[in-house]
Amino acid sequence: MTLTATRPSTTAPPVSRKPASSRRARVPYAFLAPGLVLFTLFLAAPIVYAGYLSLRKVKVSGLGLGSKSRTEVWAGLSNYARSMTDPDWLPSVYRILGYGLVVVPVMLGLALLMALLLDAGRTRPAISGFARLSIFLPYAVPAVVASLLWGFLYLPKVSPFGYALDRFGISAPELLSSSWVLYAVANVAIWGGTGFNMIVIYTALKAVPTSLYESARIDGASELSIAWRIKIPIVMPSLIMTFVFSMIATLQVFAEPMTLKPLSNTISFTWTPLMKVYRDAFVRNDVYSAAATSVVIAVATFILSFGFLKLVGRRAFHQEES
Amino acid sequence: MRNSKLATTLLLLGAAYCLLPVVWVLIAASKSSSELFSTFTLAPSTHLAGNLADLSGYRDGLYWRWMANTALYAGLGAAVSTFISAMSGYALAKFDFPGKGFVFNVILAGVLVPGVILAIPQYLLLARIGLTNTYWAVLLPSFISPYGIYLARIFAAAAVPGEILEASRIDGASDWRTFLRVVMPMMRTGLVTVFLFQFVAIWNNYMLPFIMLGNDKLYPLTVGLSSLLNQGASQPSMYTTVVTGALVSLVPLIALFFTLQRYWQVDLAAGGVKA
Repeated sequence: MTLTATRPSTTAPPVSRKPASSRRARVPYAFLAPGLVLFTLFLAAPIVYAGYLSLRKVKVSGLGLGSKSRTEVWAGLSNYARSMTDPDWLPSVYRILGYGLVVVPVMLGLALLMALLLDAGRTRPAISGFARLSIFLPYAVPAVVASLLWGFLYLPKVSPFGYALDRFGISAPELLSSSWVLYAVANVAIWGGTGFNMIVIYTALKAVPTSLYESARIDGASELSIAWRIKIPIVMPSLIMTFVFSMIATLQVFAEPMTLKPLSNTISFTWTPLMKVYRDAFVRNDVYSAAATSVVIAVATFILSFGFLKLVGRRAFHQEES
Repeated sequence: MRNSKLATTLLLLGAAYCLLPVVWVLIAASKSSSELFSTFTLAPSTHLAGNLADLSGYRDGLYWRWMANTALYAGLGAAVSTFISAMSGYALAKFDFPGKGFVFNVILAGVLVPGVILAIPQYLLLARIGLTNTYWAVLLPSFISPYGIYLARIFAAAAVPGEILEASRIDGASDWRTFLRVVMPMMRTGLVTVFLFQFVAIWNNYMLPFIMLGNDKLYPLTVGLSSLLNQGASQPSMYTTVVTGALVSLVPLIALFFTLQRYWQVDLAAGGVKA
């Protein structure tokens, strides 16, 4: 650390100002240094390395024995071709699309509804405080633990709903069977994410001066039209950000299906694209193909998030663009 | 009037949905392994103490070691990451220097990089220098948080007036001292938020430690619990231990969560904490 003092000294001759000001110019870099070094080592370098690996392959010469017989050579785009034509790839992509179509609208819809209900202040403070904390609570529960808890609750013998339906002589649906498992996993994500997004939207609503609503009320606007015409447009930047973050989270679903896997034989080892990356890298020992798939997922993430931000006029980051 | 009843009902339904698994695990952890699948799921039993003893006894208290590991990863990781975020955010908010726009845009892009995409190349890089399967493999990548830097920049811009920095300089304080004694305290509320974000993110992380660690003595709770669940598939009596372990793992986070809930005011778009 070279954050030495830069004493302003009124008696110093003008000549000494030059080194002092060049030392001053170094100060922001010194403060940034640890962050930038770590960023380079653990974000930038891995990205570059993944890109590099995705273009390499191992060439086995001779009988493949001895340390010199396996060499890494240039592979062109063959890893990409191999990875994208893997019969497990497209199903995992479709699955994640379906999963995202369920999770994102339901989770953000519920989060917006709960935030508006809390903000409307029509519920006694004790009750809304209790609801706010309860709904936010799942944010503190790791995805692995959440999947584990729901996984047990999905088992017909454990589920209280299965028990209730049983009483009426109806057999409960097998939630971990192939026709329901997508919704079962989606439910874990919705349960875990609604509260966090609700707090984001609720915080944005709190920042609005209430006088805005007062005048609308005097004009005879109903609570519903205040919500629709004033509140939702005001929280739009927050909704856009939660949407982008939810989309990114959808593309990297891993912990939930990995945890539920032992409880259900309908979840394959390539259930999501990221699970396929894991299988390729660590089960098949093919890091090259795994790197290619990682790059594809990362590029898709960038296109989706930047594309969406562009589409909505980059309103979300508007305060940062000045 | 009708409106307020509907609002209350909907909020309570939402709360019930969110509390259901937590209530369930509290009850399920009190059952013996034969009761877990045979008694009504919401009927409590009396075996909690026995289950806790079983959990503690599992491989000489391996579970508690997982908990200590998790506290180390999340506590140290979040503390270092918050400090580094504060330094970077302060530099980006309060100094003008060549390359500032570039650095900020790169960090902003880093916010959108899915962390899990990085896990495999991070593993390969750390394997190359022999750091996989050590505490460092999980700690080092969690020291850097682009989102933390982004938030810290906004907090610094909002909470630290330029005049005060000027005054501190005129009083002869070094830049480092100004940062530690003037800037950090002014950013305190914001930095608590950064810390909490990173703490929860590391505590919840699964893929990174799952990939990095082979020795189960180094596992955090998430990886440990999922490995226990895997054993349950062949040894159903393990399920009681898994359920009890899940319950115990919730206690510290929920305690932290209630203690610090007033700091959870998240404004993603403006990035700020509204005081």
